[in-house]
Amino acid sequence: MSKVIKNERIVEDHWQVVKLAEGQTPETLDLTGEVLIVPLAVWLARKDEIITRSKPIGVWLDGNEGPEAIAGDLEHFALIAVNFPKFTDGRGFSIARLLRERYAYRGEIRAIGDVLRDQLYFMKRCGFDSYAVREDKDIEKALAGLRAFSESYQAAVDQPQPLFRRRSA
Amino acid sequence: MYRYDRIDQQMIDERVAQYRDQIARNLAGEISDDELRPLRLQNGLYIQRHGPMLRIAIPYGALAAAQLRKLAEISRRYDRSIGHFTTRQNMQLNWPKFEETPEILGELATVEMHAVQTSGNCVRNITTDPFAGVAPDELTDPRPYCEVLRQWSTFHPEFAFLPRKFKIAVTAATDDRAVIRAHDVGLEIVRNADGEIGARVFAGGGMGRTPVIGKVVREFLPRRHLLSYLDALLRVYNRYGRRDNIYKARIKILVNALGIEEFARQVEAEWEHLEDGPTTLTDAEFDRIARHFAPPAYESLPGDDTAFAAAVASDKAFAAWVKRCVHPHKVPGYAAITLSLKAPGAAPGDITDQQMEVVADLADRYSFGELRVTHEQNVVLADVRRRDLFDLWQIARANRLATANIGLLTDMICCPGGDLCSLANARSVPIADAINQKFDDLDYVHDIGDLSVNISGCMNSCGHHHVANIGILGVDKNGEEWYQITVGGQQGNATAIGKVIGPSFYAEEVPPVIEALIDVYVEQRSASERFIDTFERIGLEPFKQRAYAGHEKHKPARSAAEQVSAEAQVQHV
Repeated sequence: MSKVIKNERIVEDHWQVVKLAEGQTPETLDLTGEVLIVPLAVWLARKDEIITRSKPIGVWLDGNEGPEAIAGDLEHFALIAVNFPKFTDGRGFSIARLLRERYAYRGEIRAIGDVLRDQLYFMKRCGFDSYAVREDKDIEKALAGLRAFSESYQAAVDQPQPLFRRRSA
Repeated sequence: MYRYDRIDQQMIDERVAQYRDQIARNLAGEISDDELRPLRLQNGLYIQRHGPMLRIAIPYGALAAAQLRKLAEISRRYDRSIGHFTTRQNMQLNWPKFEETPEILGELATVEMHAVQTSGNCVRNITTDPFAGVAPDELTDPRPYCEVLRQWSTFHPEFAFLPRKFKIAVTAATDDRAVIRAHDVGLEIVRNADGEIGARVFAGGGMGRTPVIGKVVREFLPRRHLLSYLDALLRVYNRYGRRDNIYKARIKILVNALGIEEFARQVEAEWEHLEDGPTTLTDAEFDRIARHFAPPAYESLPGDDTAFAAAVASDKAFAAWVKRCVHPHKVPGYAAITLSLKAPGAAPGDITDQQMEVVADLADRYSFGELRVTHEQNVVLADVRRRDLFDLWQIARANRLATANIGLLTDMICCPGGDLCSLANARSVPIADAINQKFDDLDYVHDIGDLSVNISGCMNSCGHHHVANIGILGVDKNGEEWYQITVGGQQGNATAIGKVIGPSFYAEEVPPVIEALIDVYVEQRSASERFIDTFERIGLEPFKQRAYAGHEKHKPARSAAEQVSAEAQVQHV
């Protein structure tokens, strides 16, 4: 069990991110765990089997994996995680926005991987609502990263109207 | 110029607080140097050869006199009383202390300034025509577009960690003075056949190690769609631009790999989802911003001023300055003037704290309290009464700000180079200095006429050498400084990348080689030809032959070592 930030609070979390080990194929992955976040390849290869498990399931997307691949499957996911291979890799911001704004995904979107305090504000704006802060970092302190700014110019998931449409109001 | 409202100010104040906290956490060991790097870069802070360098944002080059005075004060208090203007119209301080940078940003915030996104893999400072708002050949003032883009790009949540840096330039004039074709995105403000205003969008241009001229990705984009379309374009780049190789990460590589048609198709497909969404720019917002750029209270003046004409007729030095440094203005009786920061012996683009004070005073006294920084690293006062030009010139001259060399050989664009920059392969300022010494006869420099000579200390091309008539690029061969020469580049509507004339030269060979190239031009030119015209007529070969006459020992092809060391450069420090 580990801690994540969820809805701007620190909570105990049971989800387990599953990764394919070297030489392992999607077909051979052990799916007996309770609450798994499986790689996209596993979901695509064993979708029917996973659905019949009738346990909550999550999927995780890597930076080079688009939400297009799961656009028709969103109802099945209790959670979608987006991996940041490095905190400087910004593809995950676009992926989260697309999930929310284009594909209208309403479930939990979790940032996993190299997730650091100083990117949380932008993640929140792009539609993430949970954050598996990198384990060597102080998650309590990281909370402050969600509140770096009190206003923003652009429209995004957290504020669908750009400042210029609200400024005169 | 644009003035902050409460919200703009609050965001910049919060940015200072965020940065102050990040630096404190780094000093406390909570955030590693590697983790801090992109954060400090997005606040303009590099770690350089001799210590930190802070690049301060000057949005589209526009400064108020009070802001320049603040820069002078900061340079005195936190640096060595000198600033350096860059080709992105920003200012660099080369000797700040790491621990004091939060204080500097705090000081800047008191005059509505910052160092946001002056580095890092994000949308950088938007640049434009230094004669915006006053140029007789402009369709409209490009500055409101720049400010709209500044706000859209500032802390954009989706595009703070792009594959690589992203530079946007805007022009609204017949003659492009913002090098828009050498930018990741270039916007040319135009009217379509129906009289509607919008932008012709260029994408995929850039300098660096792979210079590319931008291509038209959309012939006409109505103004209201500017931001949503750029969101779509940046999203395509953010998702599909290469991240595996820093040298292939700019958008130009993606555009070239896909082809402009396919790239345009992908952007359009993305934009279909965003078109007419909330990011659609409202007329009310555009007008709100445009009001900040309303023309100043011009007087009704005759087009010609008799005292001015008399001074030109009687004072040869003044006449030379007027010829090179005074530019047409759309309002009768006014002129825009360029204060040259290319005096002999001065590092191009450098300005002392005292000169900053003088320029601020000149702006207050003669140009409605505002000034602009040019991408050629000079300063423009845009709204000067012609009758004041002689007085202004005398003050400028007394402060080494009136060298009559704008657009001439000695008006060199030059990066700080190996003296300061840790990316550089070679020094650049001493080369500029040596060329200045070689061409110390101003009459001859005037006779040579329009000629751009630009110097970059490495392939990153901060000195814009690719688009110079004569470009000089510092390269490192086995730890030695060498210089590669290109000929035939130019900026503007006919932007072209210069061609390499051959193997590189030693530093001391550069001035005589430049002289040889100019000799070819002087011998071959027809009466009205500029250097670039002669080059286009006679081609590279005559220049090449003259440059290497007597230099056969350097004829061997570029050595492998030269290639290797160019590859070994680090981009971010």
